[in-house]
Amino acid sequence: MRIPMTEYLIIDLDTERWNCKVCDQDLGDARGNYKEGTLVYDRDPTEIHQSILDPEKYEFTFAPDPTFCRILEFYCPGCGTQLETEYVPPGHPPTVDMLWDIDSLRETWIKRGTKPEVAINYGPGEEAVADFTPALGSYNTHNHSPHSFS
Amino acid sequence: MTLTANETSTTGDASQPLTAQEQQWVDQFMDETTLFLGPDPAIMRSHQITSRSAYEEECISKGVDPIKVDRIRKRLAGALDEGYEMCEAMGAAPGAKWGDLTTAIYTAEGDVTYLSCHGVIAFSAILHHPIRYIMKYWKDEPTVGINPGDGFIHNDARYGNVHNTDQSMIMPIFREGKIIAWVAATIHEGENGACEPGGMPSGSETPFDDGLRMSPFKIVEKGDLRRDLLTFLQHSVRDPKLQLADLKVKIGAVQRIQERVDSIIDEVGVETFVAALRVTVEDVEQEVKRRISELPDGTVSFNQFMDSTLKENILIKFACKVTVKGDKMTVDLRGTGPEILNRAINSPLCSVKSMMMQAILAFWWPDLPRCTSAMSPIDIISDEHTWADAGYDAPMGQSLQASFRGFSALQTAFAKMQFSNPEKFSNVLAPWFNQINTFLWGGLTQHGDQVGNLCADLNGMGGGAKAFRDGEDAVSPLFCAMADTAEQEVMEEEVPFMQLVSKRIVRDNQGFGKNSGGMGYEMIVAAEGTPMWGFMTVTSGSKFSSVTGMFGGYGCSTTPLAMVKGINIYDVIRKDSSKFDLSMERIMNEQPYEGGKYTTSHMGLQFDVAKDGEMYMIAQGSGGGYGDVLERDPEAVAKDLELGRISPKVATSIYGVVWDPETFVVDQEATARLRHDSRQARIARGKPYKEFLEGYVKTEPPKDLLYYGSWGDDTEELTATHFTNNGPERVKATIDKLPLIMLPDRREVKISALEDRIRELELKHGEVVHRKS
Repeated sequence: MRIPMTEYLIIDLDTERWNCKVCDQDLGDARGNYKEGTLVYDRDPTEIHQSILDPEKYEFTFAPDPTFCRILEFYCPGCGTQLETEYVPPGHPPTVDMLWDIDSLRETWIKRGTKPEVAINYGPGEEAVADFTPALGSYNTHNHSPHSFS
Repeated sequence: MTLTANETSTTGDASQPLTAQEQQWVDQFMDETTLFLGPDPAIMRSHQITSRSAYEEECISKGVDPIKVDRIRKRLAGALDEGYEMCEAMGAAPGAKWGDLTTAIYTAEGDVTYLSCHGVIAFSAILHHPIRYIMKYWKDEPTVGINPGDGFIHNDARYGNVHNTDQSMIMPIFREGKIIAWVAATIHEGENGACEPGGMPSGSETPFDDGLRMSPFKIVEKGDLRRDLLTFLQHSVRDPKLQLADLKVKIGAVQRIQERVDSIIDEVGVETFVAALRVTVEDVEQEVKRRISELPDGTVSFNQFMDSTLKENILIKFACKVTVKGDKMTVDLRGTGPEILNRAINSPLCSVKSMMMQAILAFWWPDLPRCTSAMSPIDIISDEHTWADAGYDAPMGQSLQASFRGFSALQTAFAKMQFSNPEKFSNVLAPWFNQINTFLWGGLTQHGDQVGNLCADLNGMGGGAKAFRDGEDAVSPLFCAMADTAEQEVMEEEVPFMQLVSKRIVRDNQGFGKNSGGMGYEMIVAAEGTPMWGFMTVTSGSKFSSVTGMFGGYGCSTTPLAMVKGINIYDVIRKDSSKFDLSMERIMNEQPYEGGKYTTSHMGLQFDVAKDGEMYMIAQGSGGGYGDVLERDPEAVAKDLELGRISPKVATSIYGVVWDPETFVVDQEATARLRHDSRQARIARGKPYKEFLEGYVKTEPPKDLLYYGSWGDDTEELTATHFTNNGPERVKATIDKLPLIMLPDRREVKISALEDRIRELELKHGEVVHRKS
């Protein structure tokens, strides 16, 4: 069974691996830090949040100060999707932002007895429809999980 | 470290236990000779609800009809909304007019049972503190006591408040000589006599600069407002009319709510009413436990870095790890930077918790009754004397800097915590903007009144992008969903300045993403016709973005303060009205006014005297973006471009869209090619994680950066720079071993640097100057 854990990250409970939702790239041990399976780039924040006031004239311009702030961009090595960003001081170690209890996650989903691609949504409201069927549907239907559910 | 969930006061030395008799003597001595009843740690560290009182037990044992409880709750909600609307309609404070207030009903022990539907939800996690204090210290105190018709006032966050601008009126409900509930109204009054007008001084350097320090005390005795105490308060603030007017407004609102409560009790009886209050609190606690147990077990971490003390630029960390295990949630703030003892950014833990509650009850589970118990099942681990858990001696004038980070910590983390949970009560959301980018002001009005307060533009924060749509522009502050940005034209009748630009979206000031964050607008103000006026700004985020993005989206831009001094814009406009085409970008980049001094700075501006027509310019920030920018609908990019919300450069370099510049029609094929190339470029430039760490991660912060907090998440030690006789010195130690952190006067630092430069130039040019010290 595969569970969408973020917009772009899936946990495969059968293989206990992180996978990219877009291209299915393997991103490492689901019990660990998915960032270890990504490509990382140290982005100068002024390239993203560009100066609106003239940087030749002024110190404060709407652009972050690159000596204070860097943007770490985490890419999927398979498809180049930007899976996550992190704003950090220069040289600060990236945060391990998610660690999940895989045994508990499996137990919960078996107990739920529903398919994640059907059950998971973006919250209340008619617009908040999350369609994970393209990424998960065929896998969860055709693969025979040892922890099958109806 | 302090685990606040199970905090109890301790007495005695474990190594030398006292006998029961000795302990009794000590207790008696302490009771009879207390010097000063400061904030009580046993009260202040606890955010859990009390256990059932014997009377509540008795009331509940007689049977609880859920339908009846629901009816009582709805009647209470109506009564509280009525009180809220009275405050909003009659309140004199600008904060009251735009909805920055709340009304609430509490159990006898002080647990918030229900809050008004509108207003600031954060109060549901904070106002039990002063009531517990009143019950513990004043109820049986012969010189105080609690009687029907009494009312207690309080504002000091050290005794439990969001911050010191908020003033409460707290009144008991009695039946047969017994307190059975409490009702309160709290308004963001603004002015409180602090070292700067408006009640939120960014310049406070000691707790005594923070203004009124009202511990809970009785100001209404058996229905009468005490004139002596009122006079003392009026004498202590810049706006005595406001102090009187809103005290009366709050008393009136609370009394109206009490009348409604009386009629409910007449209808259902005291016991059913008391049972309903208590059952509501308990039900919410049980439901929160159930909702936590539905979340996946695991840990989500989120670090924030704030870039300012509001006097100088530094970086100070707000660390947060949220762990869910079964029906238990733990929020761990260790690693957060130390308090800075001569800067205004520190916050008491209770205020940080109140903003965590804002996240919980407004952004996680907005359907729940706003009860103290919504946070009861959550343990919060925090080190005392960090800037988010500051001690008694730390200034807290702009405590929102720390407490709003508490909000962002929980609001941001929740997108990851709830994503895989099918049962959601709120949408998956990127971070909300979290700075009060507005002007505070003060001085003498055109009517001769001395005032101090702020513009409602703090309520125009950009909303975070949702998982399925863009965030709303300038939609609401994080702390009050229904707050209004108010009518500036109405304010202009009362204050001597105009907003020359009031609500103009700043191009490119957007949290980029598949769905973009809601954008913020700019404000340009200038005063005229007053002998004394000044402006302040009180926020951070000019060098380091205040909010991040979500799932590959980007955060917000940074926001500067820009000023043009030495000109009178009104004279310029009077001479040539075509010059009334203003924007911060145009004014600052083109510098069109001859003789003007054009400057920018960070957003911590202490009270700055504004001469006629001098311009001050700031912008609201945006919410965080959601998802990969290369997945944004190209048509949405073209639409933003056509509306002038983004520049062509952003459309190309960030969003990877190609379009016809005359028709704004997207070239789908060229866009697909550009985006494909952009993805390939990412793969080419990105380094595998471990290789990246080897080149990127440093063992400590950059040498010249004033950094405070843990460096990385795997250490208990905090890094800090303290200033010794020999200048700045970086230290690394656990919080209990760090030296007291105080920063030097920034003017002295600047003068010292200029003196060094003068000597350097004198040496270079061979000029000999004899100076005496």
